[in-house]
Amino acid sequence: MLTVNDLHVAIDGKEILRGVDLNVKAGEVHAIMGPNGSGKSTLAQALAGREGYEVTSGSVRYQKLDLLAMTPEQRAREGVFLAFQYPVEIPGVSIALFLKTALNTTRKQKGLPELDAMDFLDLMRDKMRQLEMDESFLSRAVNEGFSGGEKKRNEILQMLILEPKLIILDEPDSGLDIDALRFVADSINKMRSPTRAIVLVTHYQRLLDYIVPDVVHVLSQGRIVKSGGAKLAKELEKHGYGWVEAEDMAKQVA
Amino acid sequence: MNAQLESWRNMELEQIPHTLVGHNVPWVLAARQSAFERFTLHGFPTRHEEEWKYTDVSMISRRTSLAPDNIPPEPSSDARLLAWTLADENMHVMVFVNGHYDPTLSKIDDLPPGVRLESLEDLLNNADELPEAFFEQQLEHTVFSALNNAFTTGGTVLSLPPDTVLDKPIYLLFIASGHGVAIYPRNIIIAGENSRAKVIEHYMGTLDAHNFTNAITQISLGAGAEIEHCKLLQEGPAATHIAGIHAEQSADSHFISHSFALGGHLGRNDITSKLLGKGCHCLLNGLYMLDERQHMDHHTRIDHFSPEGISQEYYRGVINGSAHGVFNGKVIVHAGAIKTNAHQANHNLILSRQAEVDTKPQLEIFADDVKCTHAATVGQLDDDSLFYLRSRGIDADLARSVLIYGFANDIINRVEVPYLRSRIEHLVLNRLPQGEQVKGLL
Repeated sequence: MLTVNDLHVAIDGKEILRGVDLNVKAGEVHAIMGPNGSGKSTLAQALAGREGYEVTSGSVRYQKLDLLAMTPEQRAREGVFLAFQYPVEIPGVSIALFLKTALNTTRKQKGLPELDAMDFLDLMRDKMRQLEMDESFLSRAVNEGFSGGEKKRNEILQMLILEPKLIILDEPDSGLDIDALRFVADSINKMRSPTRAIVLVTHYQRLLDYIVPDVVHVLSQGRIVKSGGAKLAKELEKHGYGWVEAEDMAKQVA
Repeated sequence: MNAQLESWRNMELEQIPHTLVGHNVPWVLAARQSAFERFTLHGFPTRHEEEWKYTDVSMISRRTSLAPDNIPPEPSSDARLLAWTLADENMHVMVFVNGHYDPTLSKIDDLPPGVRLESLEDLLNNADELPEAFFEQQLEHTVFSALNNAFTTGGTVLSLPPDTVLDKPIYLLFIASGHGVAIYPRNIIIAGENSRAKVIEHYMGTLDAHNFTNAITQISLGAGAEIEHCKLLQEGPAATHIAGIHAEQSADSHFISHSFALGGHLGRNDITSKLLGKGCHCLLNGLYMLDERQHMDHHTRIDHFSPEGISQEYYRGVINGSAHGVFNGKVIVHAGAIKTNAHQANHNLILSRQAEVDTKPQLEIFADDVKCTHAATVGQLDDDSLFYLRSRGIDADLARSVLIYGFANDIINRVEVPYLRSRIEHLVLNRLPQGEQVKGLL
């Protein structure tokens, strides 16, 4: 579903990703782990089409599409979804209407009829119950005045409603207490399906206790330096990132 | 006396007061003549004066004759149409064409006993003494108020007896019709103790004409009175508009001022309030949305003279094209005005490289035990917010419009008259790409 080939990305002239290769098939969950500053968030945002993130070389294919040639809104309409690490407050814009507009643009792209207000509200209430979110959220502005945990839940709510094909989650666990973490993890697990792929960016192994990945990649200094199964995450927890980095260094010297 | 002032004399402008309404009433003529003297003594301000540093008014007298029409014009079909489309059932409507009251376009419903809502023209014709004190009042606001005093042809006088509440808002529509016309509206609002009213002043120009409007509104609030005043500026694209709105507040009164500046080539609003009594509340709320080569200047001044006053000021600007926005907010806490609470914020959104903003908060505090804060920012649309909206499938133009509207909405939301709020929403959305869709997101 997603093939990233030798991706180089620079921000303000500084190269952050230095040749990332990644191959994610439909039905798989890939975890991207790595120390702070390794380029995890840059990878997530570059895949979603963040402006100012300059792709200096490499290619990204999503299904049969050249992802890098598409605007962020085109990517979203084709089913790419990024759950932000730091969701943005949009004062004055109601969550309900924002999500209704977002959903109907993607439905239009798929050739489906637009949902009317009543059907949309039913859908929204149903998904909010699943996340144990209060109904009062419906009348609030997008992320405005939300706590860190509320913002994260709102990202997951959007994921549930938009039903994307490629889900990129940028540290969905940061700022969550243990109960909230469980809701979020359950919701993500429920999204797993043979027609969908998930890329999960996380700093800590904790989240992977709840969402068991098919493949774990370690990103260091802008490259994937090690890949393995779910066990790799456990080893990282035991030995820290220094261990993988040292191993990679040795490999390069040799 | 410089050449320009000389030429005004030669043009026999000073004879004009003899031809205007009230010329046979001694105090009116005397007030007009002394105001004209004050005007010629100074002439128009230049950019060397601090208060006019960013706003160049030198072209006014080159583009228009300063002389007002002394007879009411026949309202054009445009003006009639405007008056009919804009007036609302639930308001008292007074329409002025080129500064002259037009009773045929107006509709004043039944008023509570003792309330006077009349045309200034009628009052001056009848030698009514109600406006006298306001004409005599020396407005510190310069040459333009002097010029208005000398040349005004009409406006509204509203007088509310104590404890009277006007349920319906008063809608004053000033239409500029024709070319090269000079218009001098003068409005006087006298709110008795504990009275309440809402007044809308709407300025519209229908043509791409070089008209000049110089308006003054004076508002006197008795103890415990509440006036919500809303000025909506939508002059034609070549028009010049200079105006003053000056309030004086007695104890525990509440003055709410909104200013929405959306149209006109060159605009300047001086909005001031004097908090004379204890426990006054003053809210100044404003939005300027400029494009192309528009220039809009707001100078506000709040004087806290007594203890326990609250003033809040929120002004926002959205500046596109090569437009220029100016905001100068003065708050003066005089000695003795203890326990004053003053807050001021001016935020500006710049949408193009050529757009320009000058913002200057000015707090002067001469009393102890006060709480005063201010903030002024000039910025661009936030990239993170834009990306967030786009990453959900919302296209770039719509995302931009949504963010601009969200920014402006903070000001629009403070308008309490529903008809007016939705009208302003509509006007603002009309100026944004995909404005209709923006509405679907709010």
